[in-house]
Amino acid sequence: MLLEVRNLSTHFETDGRIVKAVDDISYCLDTGETLGVVGESGCGKTVSALSLLRLIKDPPGRIVQGEIMFEGKDLLALSEEEIRAVRGNRIAMIFQEPMTSLNPVHTIGFQVMEPLMIHKGLSRSDAMRECIELLKTVQIPDADIRARAYPHQFSGGMRQRVMIAMGLACAPRLIIADEPTTALDVTIQAELLELMKRLTVVKGTALIIITHNLGVVARYADKVMVMYAGRIVEKADTRDLFRAPGHPYTRALLESVPRLDQDLKVKLRPIEGQPPDLAMLPSGCAFHPRCPQCMDRCRHEAPALKNVAERHEVACWIHD
Amino acid sequence: MNGRTRDDAPRAHRSVLMETAMALVRHRVAFAGLVILLGLIVMAAFAPVLAPYDPNEQDLYQVLQGPSRQHLLGTDDVGRDLLSRVIYGSRVTLAMGILSTLFAAVIGILAGLVAGYKGGIWDAVIMRITDTFMCMPALVLALVIVAALGPGMKSVVISITVLAWTGFARITRGQVMIVRELPYVEAAHALGASGYRIMFRHLLPNVMAPLIVTATISVGMNIMLESAVSFLGIGVQQPTPSWGNELRIGYSYLEIVPLFSIAPGLMITLAVLAFNFLGDGLRDALDPRLRGEEKAGS
Repeated sequence: MLLEVRNLSTHFETDGRIVKAVDDISYCLDTGETLGVVGESGCGKTVSALSLLRLIKDPPGRIVQGEIMFEGKDLLALSEEEIRAVRGNRIAMIFQEPMTSLNPVHTIGFQVMEPLMIHKGLSRSDAMRECIELLKTVQIPDADIRARAYPHQFSGGMRQRVMIAMGLACAPRLIIADEPTTALDVTIQAELLELMKRLTVVKGTALIIITHNLGVVARYADKVMVMYAGRIVEKADTRDLFRAPGHPYTRALLESVPRLDQDLKVKLRPIEGQPPDLAMLPSGCAFHPRCPQCMDRCRHEAPALKNVAERHEVACWIHD
Repeated sequence: MNGRTRDDAPRAHRSVLMETAMALVRHRVAFAGLVILLGLIVMAAFAPVLAPYDPNEQDLYQVLQGPSRQHLLGTDDVGRDLLSRVIYGSRVTLAMGILSTLFAAVIGILAGLVAGYKGGIWDAVIMRITDTFMCMPALVLALVIVAALGPGMKSVVISITVLAWTGFARITRGQVMIVRELPYVEAAHALGASGYRIMFRHLLPNVMAPLIVTATISVGMNIMLESAVSFLGIGVQQPTPSWGNELRIGYSYLEIVPLFSIAPGLMITLAVLAFNFLGDGLRDALDPRLRGEEKAGS
């Protein structure tokens, strides 16, 4: 197992209130696998990813419990220096905003070279050569010329390619892509995801795609994890999840997205209400105020993840 | 849509530096400042060529003369050529203004970077020290330091540095606190960059613009301070010529030879104005928003 997350909880403390952004989540990922993490904004997707690399700002955030076993080591037990050697080297992160995730004062080339110089100790000229190769792999035309350009001279899609090149630079074992295509045109989204998938498959890199786009998950992920209010409510292989969604929230998510093969008379159903305030979670199951199948028990007791089929876990009392 | 926008590829090499220089030339006031400043620098650099006499050569038969063909600005109280002394004085005054700003900037920027980036206890301690220095009256502190170290160029530079670094620290800290929250800094963390690397490679270049402006204006202010200290007689000592101490001696003979104090006084004004003009122009040139407006207007 490449990555094994056990009982990870990340909390933020603001004005004396504790926000449980990530609450007791566990999952694992094998070499070459792609995991899709879905959920509404503010459900803890990004925080759970940042926690893996210990990029949570302390204060106000803190990883309060858990284990993150990566390549046999607990990332939470590493020293500051050791975790730095993992970041960008063994685990790379691709951020959600290509427009602001590149430093405006440095050339594209410098930024792609940076991880190579930090982790591989390459000289400037070697790093530059490698950088041009990387820019070519992500299909940036005239790579040797473009390497000397600045981020503001690149379009959004091109910048995202640069971000992917930076992520791939040190040939990491795991890439975390946090909403990698949200800010882009639909056509470029597909192109970039295809590119990312192809490059990771070639090298056997594991991939975590964080998104609220179910289409992306259906197409690119092997496994899916649905998050709600900082917890995992459903975890399954992609095919099983789309065929037999077990949690009312997952079902609601699927019903709120149009499908091409659907009867035209069927109306889209939005999920009523708002995601809960993470500092004042409802009692029992956090989803119960919005749940169409809410039972009495749901108001008082929080359900734990339970197997409903082979490799398909759901946290809901209806399966009890 | 494979990024085949080749029209902007050749422009890739037009650097920030070039654009700033262009904007500066277009800015009339800044350009004037730049010209005056270049004049002063040429004057300082080529003082031995430009000065008609040795600035320390005394001619006791010709003291306190008015302007004449021999001595264009007249002579001082021991018969030295005033023009030569003013020309040589530019060396001392400019050097001290620039040196002290340089030292102050290095100390202040380092302090501000650490305070702004590390935050917490680092921030609290460094900023309280800054506050302490800021609430001391400038001239009194300068007097104390010079009194303790003895008069001379070195102690004047030290005292100005001690006074001026706080401004740099505050501005740097404020800017760093804004920039460190930007996604590209988080991305640098995620790449495994060390704190040192993030401070100097990622934060510093992004907070440079306001610091360059501050430094430029600060040189002018430091020249004033240097002149004030020299005017009080505790700065640069005779016979080394500086505009401040020329002004001081000339002041005693104001009624006999007014040029003796007016000439160095004007030079101080000119230098300070030049640095302020340039600073103002740089502020506009380095601010991309203002640059855009100017383009739209013209």
